[in-house]
Amino acid sequence: MKKLTVFALVAVLLVSVFAFSACQQNPSTEPELKVGIVCIGSKDDKGYTYAHARGMEYAESCFNGRVKVYYRDNVDDGDPAATTAAIESLIKDDGCTLIFTNSFGFMESTEKAANDYPNVKFMHCSGYKSNDTNFGNYFGRAYQARYLSGIAAGMATKSNKIGYVAAKQLTECYRGINAFTLGVLSVNPDAKVYVKWTDTWYDPTVEKQAAIALLDGGCDVIAQHQDTTEPGNAAKERGAFSCGYNSPMKDANPDNYLTGPVFNWGYFYKDQIQAVLNGTWKVTTGWYGYESKFDTAGNTTYANGTGYVVGLDEFGDKVSAETRTKIQEVMNKMIAGEFDVFAGPIYDNAGTLRVEEGKVMSDGDMLNTEFTWLVQGASDGSIE
Amino acid sequence: MLNTVIGLLNYAVLCGTAYLFATLGEIITQRSGIMNLGLEGMVMFGAVCTAIVTTLTGSVLAGTVAGMLGGALLAALHAFICIRLKASQVASGLALTILGLGMANFLGKQFKLVGNSMPVTYENIKIPLLGDIPVVGEILFNQNLLVYIGYILVIVLTVFLFKTKAGMRLRAVGENPAAADAAGINVFGIQYGYTIFGGALAGLSGVYFVLALQKSFQSNISGGAGWLAVALVIFALWRPSLALVGSFMFGLIVSFQVRLSDFGLQNIPPEFIKMIPYIATIVVLILISGKVRRSAGGPAALGVPYDREER
Repeated sequence: MKKLTVFALVAVLLVSVFAFSACQQNPSTEPELKVGIVCIGSKDDKGYTYAHARGMEYAESCFNGRVKVYYRDNVDDGDPAATTAAIESLIKDDGCTLIFTNSFGFMESTEKAANDYPNVKFMHCSGYKSNDTNFGNYFGRAYQARYLSGIAAGMATKSNKIGYVAAKQLTECYRGINAFTLGVLSVNPDAKVYVKWTDTWYDPTVEKQAAIALLDGGCDVIAQHQDTTEPGNAAKERGAFSCGYNSPMKDANPDNYLTGPVFNWGYFYKDQIQAVLNGTWKVTTGWYGYESKFDTAGNTTYANGTGYVVGLDEFGDKVSAETRTKIQEVMNKMIAGEFDVFAGPIYDNAGTLRVEEGKVMSDGDMLNTEFTWLVQGASDGSIE
Repeated sequence: MLNTVIGLLNYAVLCGTAYLFATLGEIITQRSGIMNLGLEGMVMFGAVCTAIVTTLTGSVLAGTVAGMLGGALLAALHAFICIRLKASQVASGLALTILGLGMANFLGKQFKLVGNSMPVTYENIKIPLLGDIPVVGEILFNQNLLVYIGYILVIVLTVFLFKTKAGMRLRAVGENPAAADAAGINVFGIQYGYTIFGGALAGLSGVYFVLALQKSFQSNISGGAGWLAVALVIFALWRPSLALVGSFMFGLIVSFQVRLSDFGLQNIPPEFIKMIPYIATIVVLILISGKVRRSAGGPAALGVPYDREER
């Protein structure tokens, strides 16, 4: 009886294995280029990784089957062994020769893989390491769009308390909070931005709890530097405004969504793939903002993002015409290269002058790991 | 300040209940001598079943039943492997964790559920009279229905375990299955039944995440709650009443972590706060090791497959 059961189980397993393998038919023509991407989140998380996956899908669709993209998603960026395994599996199992890794924590593993596999090209997102031959990096100037979404938040708030759920105490997050706060203050000098640190890029429970703690403190707008839609969900429950991040997040808070920085990676990925196909690819370390336009064809995913790696999501219904005009004005200046977010004088929240009048922060200053102070008007202390 | 403290504790109860159901389920399962380390998979699988059915039917009840069935289904598989095939309970549990997580994230994507809010959820119900007690009422009795079910379940399971014949049989099986067998107790029946029951409660934790706590579905929405529950069983010394205390304490840690700055404590590293549950569990493990284990520890036959023909 026992043997019979085991036999039946094995039979079921075998049948299902064959059934699944039957689905994986080889494509009729072998693609010219196989591209791999290692992702921290889920392809469908409607957040950070979602934006990368949509970008890849767009890029793949531009080449009529000449290019095929392979994904490794939900890879733990705190686990170097898992990262390396994902990269090696893309190379060995799928034959990828151009590999992207999309989270800061993948940096060391990507660097190592670039050394181990000199014939494969690697691009790492949001880090600072590279080499001369096959390892570059890329990221978007999200702080520009952050500033713009700050304008929307500053004009929407009634309590003059704006909550900001932020992930890690790293330069990337401080830069975002500071840009957002400067945007808020540019239209509403009386408002304050309150920050809660979650110490995680991805944890639905903690992200939502942080937003609720901010709402409990009287904030009526919630902005976020997190990977899921949970801060927006919390805002929805309390009827508060919300600014998203990464991908369009209107669905999380349909009635009171303002806008948010969104990534349009498609243009960048298409550009990279085209360069490899043309044989003109070389290592680049790029930080792309409103000054750099990739795609002029106007094939756009998000209304306010045409051609730019980082753009602003479509506005929610309650964003006033006045706000929209104001934002468009500043955005036009950014596109023309005439607007610096971090232009002095800038004081930190302890009152120290950090950027002198007439000076602007250079890229080096903005990426500096010491850039971990908050501007005047932003606070990670108790809500007053 | 008082309002901040009330908010802190209210959310400690709200978050803690997510751990409570899985912990209670595991206590009952382990009391029968079966160790189910697959909790995390069962919580996640329960969560995705809930999200699918709630989205399709628009019914909280249907979603709840589906989530519990999902957890029970995986637990039944665990029971079959451990009781019938007498395979390693640790290996089966770990395999089911990976299976449950994988299936949940896969189905979540297939049904395009990730990031979606649920159409219907468990809303807060203030209990008359009890809810009007200052402070305590606000913290304990202004919650959603599942939190109240959690309170009731703790009382019911405590009475069941320590005051009823059926509870005594269950404990007997976990302590000494051979003796229980000789006394005419259906050892395998009891182990099957309570393992599946435990899985259903783990599924209820999944339901809770989707319909009461987050009110949405996300990949890995449980965030390790299943593992916390395994730790909590030890922390609670296999007692439902202590499971309630432990769950709320672990919930307090989540709630406290994001409210540090409200108490002017933003300089405490969040990493440290996150360590506390695990340090507490290790301390309890040390305390109950050795001689104390006999009186305070877990069931004697925990994790040992029972074979009638072995002596």
